[in-house]
Amino acid sequence: MTERVAATPGLYPLPDWAKETLSDLKGHQKGDLLSGDESEAIVEEYAEVRAEYVDDQLDAGLDRVVEGQGRWDDMIAHPLTVHDGVETGGIVRYYDNNNFYRDPRVVDDLDFSGDVARELERATDLIDGEEPLAATLSGPYSLADLATDEHYGDAAEFQAAIAEFLAGEVEAFPAHETLFLLEPSLVTNPPAEGEESAATDAIATVADATDADVVVQTSYGALGEKLYAHLVDEAGADALGLDLVAGDRDDTVYNVQEFGATDSLALGLVDGQNTLVEEPETVAERVEWFESQIPAEGFDRTYLTPNTELFYLPTNKYRAKLNALAAAAEVLE
Amino acid sequence: MVRTPEANREQFRPHDHPNDAFLLTTVVGSYPKPKWLNRADELVEDPDSKFDEADLEEAHDDACRLITHEHERAGLDTVVDGEMRRNEMVEFFADRIDGYEFNGPVKVWGHNYFDKPSVVEEVAYDEPWLVDEFEFTSNVSERPVKVPITGPYTLGFWAFNEAYPSTEELVYDLADLVNEEVEKLVEAGARYIQIDEPALATTPEDHAIVGEALERIVSGIDEEVRIGLHVCYGDYSRIYPEINDYPIDEFDVELCNGDFEQIPTFTDPEFEPDLALGVVDAHTAEVEPVEEIKENIRQGLRVVPPEKLTISPDCGLKLLPREIAYGKTENMVTAAREVEAEIDSGAIDVDNPLDD
Repeated sequence: MTERVAATPGLYPLPDWAKETLSDLKGHQKGDLLSGDESEAIVEEYAEVRAEYVDDQLDAGLDRVVEGQGRWDDMIAHPLTVHDGVETGGIVRYYDNNNFYRDPRVVDDLDFSGDVARELERATDLIDGEEPLAATLSGPYSLADLATDEHYGDAAEFQAAIAEFLAGEVEAFPAHETLFLLEPSLVTNPPAEGEESAATDAIATVADATDADVVVQTSYGALGEKLYAHLVDEAGADALGLDLVAGDRDDTVYNVQEFGATDSLALGLVDGQNTLVEEPETVAERVEWFESQIPAEGFDRTYLTPNTELFYLPTNKYRAKLNALAAAAEVLE
Repeated sequence: MVRTPEANREQFRPHDHPNDAFLLTTVVGSYPKPKWLNRADELVEDPDSKFDEADLEEAHDDACRLITHEHERAGLDTVVDGEMRRNEMVEFFADRIDGYEFNGPVKVWGHNYFDKPSVVEEVAYDEPWLVDEFEFTSNVSERPVKVPITGPYTLGFWAFNEAYPSTEELVYDLADLVNEEVEKLVEAGARYIQIDEPALATTPEDHAIVGEALERIVSGIDEEVRIGLHVCYGDYSRIYPEINDYPIDEFDVELCNGDFEQIPTFTDPEFEPDLALGVVDAHTAEVEPVEEIKENIRQGLRVVPPEKLTISPDCGLKLLPREIAYGKTENMVTAAREVEAEIDSGAIDVDNPLDD
């Protein structure tokens, strides 16, 4: 019997009040974005944001609660842009979106930071055991893809150093049931032919640092078939996260039918980039439809997730999407 | 194919222009609002305040007059009212087009947000969007007025599409509405229209959709009307040389932010429309010195000759402190005039513009 788990990989939109207060406290320019050593006033604002995120998720009835990553001004580049060994350059486009992050220029060794672990500890206190925590972290392949190396001097060495860095961060995380590793670059800018294993090794390095269920979440369409096969076999993931909203769904079905799947799956079912809110019944049907495409007996777990982060949405719709996911899991019970 | 920029450029040369060479100076559009205008916008929402819609309109008029004159004082050849009446580049238009609804602000970067609308039914033309604004600015300005309009691709793709089977279909419907608006503006006397399509940079593989939308926009628009296209923050190699086929007079780019690393992209094959080059950074709060801007202008001469080069900031300046925005604009014009004089004197070799 497959367990259905309603969850999200985080990166939520700031509540509208916090958009204003934080923008007043921090400013609008490149140099005003989060550096990791923010003032007490800013820390307090984010504490309130975090509390609201936890409440939103508990109210919706999600099966995993994330910290919400309100501080991640640079989206998944955040773990680097707040690192001491990184300088931030110009603002650059975040995938093919109307969003931008500061180019993280790695200029020194990527030693331990603890920034993400500290956030998760605060979230753990807020959740207070009501639901299990899901940790969110950028995957090493995507983080290396988004960053600029001005220190290691070799692409393979750089990717490995980022993986080691992220593994060290994960080791410092408080107890978590699930770890979402966000890897959109696997779809948008896949590794070159023959370099798939270097990417999956990097992911496995991070995945091995936790005993939790590891979801390698991809976005923006289907994975290339060869890379998909490598990820299933080598990435150390308990679940691959597949985007069933963007791109050609048939390609994803083909991958799963042809190359098998991880023991669990995460399905990107609700559109993180459109305000049209899916009916829980529709989401539930999509889960059953997808599961029925696959010859396997069933999965340990199917995560019902959005196909992307949710910060793209206005706050009313972000909450509606959380509700849709939780309600869809209930429909399937 | 490219329109005929040589047929409409000279009308913008001021009568007292000091040099033979003429680098048309302009701005992308938006400009910092005076603090009191933001307060006025808030005040009109306050039920306890006596400040009403008519007062706000007066405040907008005052602000437009102020910024238009500020642009004139900076020496620009063509001016804009700084988009004082506009809240945001998609929101302003979505508010005027039937079929859109608003749910709240979404993040662009850092703490910059916009009220990204949702298209919930077929779009339709209701009231004119910009004709009043143009007529007002034109009346208070001694210089020709440029009208920036958010393009249909951006109006379509920077909205959530809940209603159309494909956003491409939405874009073409919107392009027809933009064409209707441009016709009305031209009738009111506008001669310089800039279509802003920042969304193209996010999805450059859609360049053909933008091309088709532009064909619809310029349909029936006379060659004496200058049509510019502004695209910012992207990898231009992914839309070049395709933009040489667009029916535009001028292509406006943001290259200062990236230290002009992308200039070689535009040198092969030959650049066909006029080039409007961003020469000051819209996202750094320091005024570039004139000498530095002159070096930046020379980068443009690697792509086009002076008679096809327009000088502008990278993008709208609205996020900067106002005195910085003014300083950048003033230095930009000074730099353009000095470069023109150096072209006239032969101190700058236009065939080898980076040589001293």
